[in-house]
Amino acid sequence: MTAEAIVNLLKTRFPEVIRGASLEGCHPHVVVDASHWPAVARFLRDEPQLGFNLLRCISGVDCLEDRELAAVYDLYSARRGATPDANWIAPHEFAVTVRVPRDAPRIPSVADVWPAADWHEREAYDLLGIVFENHPDSIDDVDGPHPRRILCPDDWAGHPLRKDYEFPLEYHGIPAVTEYGQTRPQH
Amino acid sequence: MSWIENRFEEGLIVTSLDWAINWGRSSSIWPMTFGLACCAIEMMAVGASRFDIDRFGAGAFRATPRQSDLMIVAGTVTYKMASRVKRLYHQMPEPKYVMAMGACTIGGGPYFKHGYHVVKGVDLVVPVDVYVPGCPPRPEALLEGIMRLQDKIKHQSIARDRWRGVKEAALT
Repeated sequence: MTAEAIVNLLKTRFPEVIRGASLEGCHPHVVVDASHWPAVARFLRDEPQLGFNLLRCISGVDCLEDRELAAVYDLYSARRGATPDANWIAPHEFAVTVRVPRDAPRIPSVADVWPAADWHEREAYDLLGIVFENHPDSIDDVDGPHPRRILCPDDWAGHPLRKDYEFPLEYHGIPAVTEYGQTRPQH
Repeated sequence: MSWIENRFEEGLIVTSLDWAINWGRSSSIWPMTFGLACCAIEMMAVGASRFDIDRFGAGAFRATPRQSDLMIVAGTVTYKMASRVKRLYHQMPEPKYVMAMGACTIGGGPYFKHGYHVVKGVDLVVPVDVYVPGCPPRPEALLEGIMRLQDKIKHQSIARDRWRGVKEAALT
């Protein structure tokens, strides 16, 4: 299916959930309301016409000027041909963007739809602080329930890829500042 | 030296105890099997037949810090890894040596300015004996570092504490 057909199918099935669509360029995508995103995800995977059975990547985006965080889900439909010895064919690929406000970035987890989302969501939480609700690998601490960190140590402060991230001055007694004072760059 | 001449049979070697011990130590520096990033690939090349670290007696890469003399910190040390590096160092028996291999390990390297997660030099975590610069260093450079470490070992004395004055600082 072409990107236009996918967008039209989504708009007829979820009329008020699709916030917008971008079909220009090499990365066509739709913008989906965060609260309805798991239902849309399940539809994208289970609808026979679409069959997006592979989540390739979740990219976190920090839109500092818009005071928003975004998660971009790159989907891919990998299917086999009709005969048993047929090769894998790729009918289509598509992307979904979920935008959430920067002061309360909460997106429902889709790790139960695509198991690949588990680690990707942990990484998006670790580096950008997007909280994925009902994530299977959640911990509950002073920040409320959120996915476990995957790259940084568990006691790391802040989310390093945010554009307003403050670089640490020391970590467990190891100084992070040099005499040149160059370790706190401003983006 | 007439008092000692012709008093022993052929083949007896007369030397100082320091020289003998240092010769033994510098000719069998056993490194730890321990690589953190791309520098470890060069370290593996040094261990293989083309560069052959075994020529210097340092080819017995031990899989445990308890049997190692040398820790080649080959690669980027992150803050998450720093506590592990320090623990491995403390698990090694004396005499122990540390070689900082590559720009990241020496001073943060390309992560010096924008690397929020990189220790700005492994000498902030463990005391370093030899620095081998490069990104990554050529295998010849690592061999040169081994030879400089051998020079350093050959100037030791069993009557002198290597750590006098710095031991307390190194163990905190």
